Amino acid sequence: MKLRVLAVDDSRTMRGMLDAALRDAGFEVRLAEDGIEGLERLNEEMPDIIITDINMPRMDGFGFIEAVRAERRYRGLPILVLTTESAPELKARARNAGATGWIVKPFDEGKLAVAIERVATV
Amino acid sequence: MSMNELREGFFQECEDLLEALSDGMAVIDAGNADSDTLNAIFRAVHSIKGGAAAFGLEALVEFSHAFENVLDAARADRLTLQGEALALCFRAADRLADLVADARADQPSDSAASATLIAGLDRLLGAPSDAPPAAPAPPADEAVAPAFTPLSAPVSFDLPAKKGGAPAAAPDAAGGMSHYCIRFAPSRETYATGNEPALLFRALAAMGDLSVKADLSRVPPLLEMAWDEGYIIWNLTLHTRAGEDRLREVFDFVEGACNLDIRRLDAATLAGPQPGPAGAPGGTAADAAAAPAPATPSPAPDTVATDEPAARPGQGAPARATIRVDLERVDRLINLVGELVINQAMLSQSIDEANLPSGNGVDSAMGQLRQLSSELQERVMAIRAQPVKPLFQRMSRIVREAGHASAKLARLVTSGEATEVDKTVIERLADPLTHMIRNAIDHGLESPEARKQAGKPPEGIIRLSAGHRSGRVVIELSDDGAGINRARVHETAVARGLIAPEKDLSDEEIDNLLFMPGFSTSPEVSALSGRGVGMDVVKSEIQRLGGRVTLASMPGRGTTVTISLPLTLAVLEGMVVEVAGETLVVPTTALRETLKAAAADVQRIGAHGWFIAIRGGFVPIVDLGAELGFQPGPEGFVGRVLLLIESGSGRRAALAVDRVLDQREVVIKGLENNYGHVPGIAAATILGNGRIALIIDPDEISAAPAPGPGAAAPRPALATAAGA
Repeated sequence: MKLRVLAVDDSRTMRGMLDAALRDAGFEVRLAEDGIEGLERLNEEMPDIIITDINMPRMDGFGFIEAVRAERRYRGLPILVLTTESAPELKARARNAGATGWIVKPFDEGKLAVAIERVATV
Repeated sequence: MSMNELREGFFQECEDLLEALSDGMAVIDAGNADSDTLNAIFRAVHSIKGGAAAFGLEALVEFSHAFENVLDAARADRLTLQGEALALCFRAADRLADLVADARADQPSDSAASATLIAGLDRLLGAPSDAPPAAPAPPADEAVAPAFTPLSAPVSFDLPAKKGGAPAAAPDAAGGMSHYCIRFAPSRETYATGNEPALLFRALAAMGDLSVKADLSRVPPLLEMAWDEGYIIWNLTLHTRAGEDRLREVFDFVEGACNLDIRRLDAATLAGPQPGPAGAPGGTAADAAAAPAPATPSPAPDTVATDEPAARPGQGAPARATIRVDLERVDRLINLVGELVINQAMLSQSIDEANLPSGNGVDSAMGQLRQLSSELQERVMAIRAQPVKPLFQRMSRIVREAGHASAKLARLVTSGEATEVDKTVIERLADPLTHMIRNAIDHGLESPEARKQAGKPPEGIIRLSAGHRSGRVVIELSDDGAGINRARVHETAVARGLIAPEKDLSDEEIDNLLFMPGFSTSPEVSALSGRGVGMDVVKSEIQRLGGRVTLASMPGRGTTVTISLPLTLAVLEGMVVEVAGETLVVPTTALRETLKAAAADVQRIGAHGWFIAIRGGFVPIVDLGAELGFQPGPEGFVGRVLLLIESGSGRRAALAVDRVLDQREVVIKGLENNYGHVPGIAAATILGNGRIALIIDPDEISAAPAPGPGAAAPRPALATAAGA
């Protein structure tokens, strides 16, 4: 069975890249444009893991993660944050919001797969 | 999706992002810098950076990173965007657009220009310029990204097998096997963030020989247990070639959210390791350094955390719901609808001719069909229509650059940016508008000192507006400069032999001399406006778009250029005329007036040249029927209808036709693709009766060498070109 990934990013390019890389790495992919849409897709798709950007309009990544974690059944759902920085304070911030881990952009297929396999399993 | 498509998609997205950036900068420039705006422009630059990094566009990454840092400081209130800082950001936004364009075209960028701006941006943040740019974080991470190669290390821990070829540790550069003792005590937070120790162990097991022991000493009786607390302490030993940084990488996500202690053991201590923060076994200096007590985030360089959002949900403008469609599909649709409209007209005509008894029901149905098809046509045309806003935004850059180059203070004020115009028209307007704006700043605006003396603010205003007016799009460009120096224009025109010295011209006529070919009032060649390319080129380009351009000037108050354009290029308003039994269409944009030739006005000059005297000037008569080969040579113009046209280059001609039938909009059908170019003919259309009518090309037909050998003949026509 394939892992189902919900990828949330407001950038069309980034969604395309995620989609291509994740599919190539053997994952099932669902996409959303921002936190609000991410929450909508979450209940429909029941993903095994979420990958989300931080800077997004309407609802940003932190707001999205908090909203996901606020639901009891998603308390243990792995959530990876996409970031361009590996600054410690950013990691602390992501963790405080409830993120499981992070992926530093630019990513490649291998990097994505390593990060995902470290937090999610079928 | 292929990499190429992704890349193309990225550049398309960049267009939107640059537009959002430009929008936001305009809002800030107007003094309304709120956090939504700052966040929006930050996001735009941030997204460009992210995409650029993905495609390895390093110059773009480096530049957007520097720019992003400044915008991040601005949204965190550490920097106020005004004055010099704002000007620098505008230049940075322009540069960013250039870098995107260069990357798209796969061209090398002007790295010196980028470097200067990056240095300037860094200075805004007060960063010492010699500090290494905090730029591309990627390389460091890239190096860490493990490139696993298979290694046949025995895996001693029973873990869910990883799918795909068993990835294992690559031999460490340092070589040799190391033994690590890891004490891992997950906390409540480790689990609350969705981390799963077993998966970390799986990753470690892939690196070498792992053994795992659970220390249950802290686990309380069930009744006292908190459900979400971590009680188990895991003691791991790993026998691997991998370096310690690779181990820490595995714990990256939980470091700081757990109690973690990693030690490398030498052979001596291997026997009985008692891992624990207290009884730390004596190690080498390297060991000591490698074992920071319960992992706290190590002090790291003071990087700016750019992913930190300053505002929460609800920020920014709502996303536009749009889809991208291949232009060719739209054009095909427009064409089909055009055919439908023609068909409907043919049907309508047949019904009229059938003389059906009244009250037959066909008439009202026909009326509805007519209404529907004309609305359908309108709507379909609207698909190609786009707001002029991106075009106007590009112009603000032209104003900045032109102001800078000519040492004048200029500011662009735009209005009506939402006005929609056909995509092709917008694309082809860019050059003429650029030229006109440079002209307005170079020749129109006075120097700041001169403006002060004239009692004006030192900064000149260039106004660019768009709007719909009676079924056409009207674009106005005005400056508040000195206005046209009519005496000098007149003088120049005489000096260049463009007009007769004694000719008395109205102010408006003098102003429009600027559009004459070869006219340029600036005595010296300016780097900005150049020479040779004058307003005449602007005019002919606008006319080629089916537009008209006029100019009005008030001495001391400024100049206004008005461009009026058709809503679409697919439809043209034309005069339907009959010549030798054939039906032709003359575009009304070129049409100045229609007249009937009186005998006294028509004169023959030379062997074949016929002219008509109009208000003191001579205009060559072109017999359309003869010119297009419908009938033999010209004769007897007296009493025939003459259409006075003016071509894009200002050349005038009187087209002799038999009858004027109608004035209406016609759908343009290109001939060139299927038939080739026909001199004097621009295109064709299909009339309501199903017949094809050719559309005249005013430029070519008026350039036709009607007056045979009479070399002097064109002269009088030229001399009166501005006299209309």
